[in-house]
Amino acid sequence: MAESVLEINDNNFETEVLQSEKPVLVDFWAPWCGPCKAISPVIEDLAGSFSDKIKFTKCNVDDNPVTPGKFEIRSIPTLIFFKNGEVIDQIVGMVPKTKLEEAINNII
Amino acid sequence: MNNPEYDLVIIGGGPAGLTAGLYAARARLKVILLEKAAIGGQILVTDWIENYPGFPEGISGSDLTENMTEQAKRFGLEIETNDVTALDLTNPVKIIKLSDREISSHTIILATGANPSKLNIPGEDSFFGKGVSFCATCDGPFFREKTVVAVGGGDTAVQESTFLTKFAKKVYLVHRRDQLRATKILQERALENEKLEIVWDSIVTSIQGGIFGVEKVEVENVKTGNTQEIQADGCFIWVGINPNTAFLENSVKLDESGFIIVNDKMETSISGVYAAGDVRNTPLRQVSTAVGDGSIAAFSVGHYIENI
Repeated sequence: MAESVLEINDNNFETEVLQSEKPVLVDFWAPWCGPCKAISPVIEDLAGSFSDKIKFTKCNVDDNPVTPGKFEIRSIPTLIFFKNGEVIDQIVGMVPKTKLEEAINNII
Repeated sequence: MNNPEYDLVIIGGGPAGLTAGLYAARARLKVILLEKAAIGGQILVTDWIENYPGFPEGISGSDLTENMTEQAKRFGLEIETNDVTALDLTNPVKIIKLSDREISSHTIILATGANPSKLNIPGEDSFFGKGVSFCATCDGPFFREKTVVAVGGGDTAVQESTFLTKFAKKVYLVHRRDQLRATKILQERALENEKLEIVWDSIVTSIQGGIFGVEKVEVENVKTGNTQEIQADGCFIWVGINPNTAFLENSVKLDESGFIIVNDKMETSISGVYAAGDVRNTPLRQVSTAVGDGSIAAFSVGHYIENI
């Protein structure tokens, strides 16, 4: 289950996210963030249902300072949806699973 | 009457809901707990809980959530992430409409909790996630060696702004009165903290910035009318809570602030419908009071089920 969400980093962000053929969801998180831990099973669950249409990834902001800085992230969890290398949608904080499904359906 | 699928549906997975689930599962009721976002609720955004008995050193909100969830699951509590879109409470068998189906139950415990109140000032929404935050444990580390403004004077504001001084070089706590409401020990820590400065008798009137996020916060002294700008990279808002009861309009009785009115058995105005935790009218909103409410509500449900 956990493998369906790909761990990305500053080095492979370009190839795994910006150059991805499929739309990509990046979950910016950190080990000290309670809400991030709490939503990760929800993201994994969604990855189980939608991983054929969208690539699910997560980025640890502690280990990877460059990428979150590039997108001016000052709050986590932040979820960013990318399509063809562009930011399509951004969700900050804990939100209902149905809202995430809605956002996913909007970009696939 | 058709037999409903469940004896009890619990809506909300914070401490009140999880405790109700634990008690109901141990009473061998057919029970499901529904949570729309993340199990744990508001305690997930608390940096450290040090007034919940049994943890002498305190415990983090996410660890306490994990413990409570594991304990309830051990007795067979079913937990599902799903959104309740509507309730039909007109008949003895209650109908709960979910995002993908309908379920039925003899009883419901409403444990939907509350969300942080907003200031409703310019910049608050547009800079949310770009410096405006309601969660110090989530976002504090982004403000290392920066200046932040915090707003409020209650327990949450005072505790969390003190926590922010671990990262920020300076925290201004803006409070509209000339004294804090927070528990004394929290006040003492805040007043002793050299990185924390309280801006008394003042309110935040706007949050301003650019494409990179918050840059300054405008503050007005309510006694003198003087305004000042504080150069800051963040603005944390802790000015109370709003109950999550919008979906209950025209059903159970609410008080003037929107909290659910219950009696000492946690019964609402509708038979078979109970409320527990922060969502109900209560003088104190703590983990310790929420778990008390949750256990009483589940106990009352047990009685109700026996007498059907």
